[in-house]
Amino acid sequence: MTTPHPQSHGKNDPGTTGHSWDGIEELNNPLPKWWLYTFYACILFALVYTILYPAWPLPGGETAGVLHYSTRGAEAAEVKAWDKQLAPLQKKLDATKLTEVKNDPALMQYANSAGAAVFRTNCMQCHGAGAAGNKGYPNLLDDDWLHGGTIDAIYTTILHGVRSPTDPDTRAAPAMPAWGESLKPVEIADVVQYVLKISNQKFDAAQATAGAKVFADNCVACHGDNGKGNQAMGAPNLTDAIWLYGGDQATLTQTITNGRAGVMPSWSGKLSEADIRAVSLYVHGLGGGQ
Amino acid sequence: MWDYIKLIALGVVAVGAAFIANFARDFGYEVHALLVMVVAAGMFVWQLRQIDEPKPVPTNEYMDDVVRAGVIATMFWGIVGFLAGVFIASQLAFPSLNFAWADGYMNFGRLRPVHTSAVIFAFGGNALIATSFYVVQRTSAARLWGGNAAWFVFWGYNLFIVLAASGYVLGITQAKEYAEPEWYVDLWLTIVWLVYLAVFLGTILKRKEPHIYVANWFYLSFIVTIAMLHVFNNLSVPVSIFGSKSVQVFSGVQDAMVQWWYGHNAVGFFLTAGFLGMMYYFVPKQAERPVYSYKLSIIHFWALIFLYIWAGPHHLHYTALPDWASTLGMVFSIMLWMPSWGGMINGLMTLSGAWDKLRTDPIMRMMVVAIGFYGMSTFEGPMMSIKTVNSLSHYTDWTIGHVHSGALGWNGMITFGALYFLTPRLWNKQRLYSTRMVSWHFWLATIGIVLYAAAMWVSGIMEGLMWREVDAQGYLVNSFADSVSARFPMLVTRAVGGGMYLTGACIMAYNLWKTVTDAPEKASAPAAVPAE
Repeated sequence: MTTPHPQSHGKNDPGTTGHSWDGIEELNNPLPKWWLYTFYACILFALVYTILYPAWPLPGGETAGVLHYSTRGAEAAEVKAWDKQLAPLQKKLDATKLTEVKNDPALMQYANSAGAAVFRTNCMQCHGAGAAGNKGYPNLLDDDWLHGGTIDAIYTTILHGVRSPTDPDTRAAPAMPAWGESLKPVEIADVVQYVLKISNQKFDAAQATAGAKVFADNCVACHGDNGKGNQAMGAPNLTDAIWLYGGDQATLTQTITNGRAGVMPSWSGKLSEADIRAVSLYVHGLGGGQ
Repeated sequence: MWDYIKLIALGVVAVGAAFIANFARDFGYEVHALLVMVVAAGMFVWQLRQIDEPKPVPTNEYMDDVVRAGVIATMFWGIVGFLAGVFIASQLAFPSLNFAWADGYMNFGRLRPVHTSAVIFAFGGNALIATSFYVVQRTSAARLWGGNAAWFVFWGYNLFIVLAASGYVLGITQAKEYAEPEWYVDLWLTIVWLVYLAVFLGTILKRKEPHIYVANWFYLSFIVTIAMLHVFNNLSVPVSIFGSKSVQVFSGVQDAMVQWWYGHNAVGFFLTAGFLGMMYYFVPKQAERPVYSYKLSIIHFWALIFLYIWAGPHHLHYTALPDWASTLGMVFSIMLWMPSWGGMINGLMTLSGAWDKLRTDPIMRMMVVAIGFYGMSTFEGPMMSIKTVNSLSHYTDWTIGHVHSGALGWNGMITFGALYFLTPRLWNKQRLYSTRMVSWHFWLATIGIVLYAAAMWVSGIMEGLMWREVDAQGYLVNSFADSVSARFPMLVTRAVGGGMYLTGACIMAYNLWKTVTDAPEKASAPAAVPAE
């Protein structure tokens, strides 16, 4: 199997080690100089680095390194530097009435960029990156508000959440009951047709007429006589084309049968006062603020 | 006598597995118990039919049928693993490929470990086992030690792979990356691996050559270290002998550190040392040139295996890991650069005097590209371990690009080269069926890797920059979802690159198949490669 290879390697023939394994020989070349010196340089770098930074675990603790660097320390210093830079603005924001922030362009600009960042980090998971909402999570771009669209109402909603189990001051909007427990399926089918009617969709006239009575008996307490909703109770307007869960027959049937009780977390304690104010202003400024 | 012991053991396993299947606490465990029962019962019957039959006495020098089986398994698992990779890459680009009807079985989370295990452990592992069996026999001038133990290693290892992969799909995982299989599969692999060690070491001990060839040092370091890593990283207590779930012995940051000590050295000893063993045999054989420097091979071997084992903490920069461990992980990684490159130099310089072969021999070209990617990723690795670089690269696609330039470029290409080398020799053929197809494979694979790696570099650096971008007041400019949608073109490019790599491998499988069935026989078998 041994394949003899040409033995001439030129003038600087290093020769082989003299062994052959299955025809493979090894030359006696020295270590390449650049390789060896780069290896040494890497070792030197490693030694110096371990003197400068925390490195060697010893009994009684690791060496701290002459630079006394720590990842957490560096991070804390960076946060502190930002906090220091932003503290005056945050203080000012905390002290300014929300309705008056817009009179101070510098402060408004700060609130907008801070609010946008807070939104991207904390709100977009449900409300979407563009704040256009998702099924079950309201669109924040339009002027249809469940709990009020003034800057102060938005602030309260963000601060305390909606039906938040952790915040006693949360917006205590009553849940939409599961009418499947108390209404007959035919009554639910009728009231669905009535809702289709008042929201200007295709509907069955006979059922809608029967549904009007069901609506009057059960739904008006929250949604109002004309179905236009009630922000104090978080009850949505049923006459417009804006739906939180969907306005088609199947979804309406599901909503009425099983009820709904969406929850928005309370951000009090999780975000700073300035961040909550900033994100309130940001949301208010998205287009639908009143 | 030995036959009867085997019969009893197989019978006990089959009945025991049936018993366990009956009491299994979870569905996946039940499926596995039934699988083990069927395998053991089948082997019991097979063994029973063989009993008292005359045993064929090996008449030739080397045990090659197990290597042939290994070549087939390597090719098979390669295709499976690449296919899984292309599919999950497409799922990332087009999430609708997470089909609702297959939810819980074929979604990304379930298939991702199928891909990683199939390419690393099934494709890479079978390649390492097969080539190590081939190489250790040739370079020791000795038949494999332990008789049929080599067959046990082959089938036992592939059973491990089937158990692991089917377990992932069924939701069995201990949630440790590259060490997902649960306790009972880990125990089985431990047994198989120790037998592998015994076969390899036994062959070296009975060698007829005075010295141990360098390829065998690398193979041996790979087998020994993987045994150690596997055992320590999988220390866990089963919740019940009738269930798949187990609880890790280590917790918190200790568990993370052990996991990445394992994970990093799986790269170091499985994908680096083991494959260097492959390179040290197949490159000089294919080039028909002596290895460049014996001295370099000694120094870089010992430096590599000493330094690699400490570099794991660089996977945990900026986490709960203490700073001192982070520092050591980083500086050991930097010191590792030159020892890694020692292998590259020895591989490339072995070609000096034979560079002309690159023009005519696509197999040689494949090996050279493999060594090139090895050099590139062993430079990139130490660079990414530097904390400031890592703060940009970590958790981004850059890591994926780095891993794949190593895995596709180095591990894949050197394995392809070895398989092209082995197939005509193992099946006693004059040549491969088609050299042109090898060329096609070479270009498809190379362009595929370049597309893949380049896309992931761009995507990774973009992600890193987007995540850290803050405005003048220190507020984040981008949301995470912004970076996800910005990745889309790169994710598509990556899937295309992977698809090209897969296509190349399919061409290879066809070529090897036709080599075995259609290529002309060698006139007279040379002594070292007899037909069995």
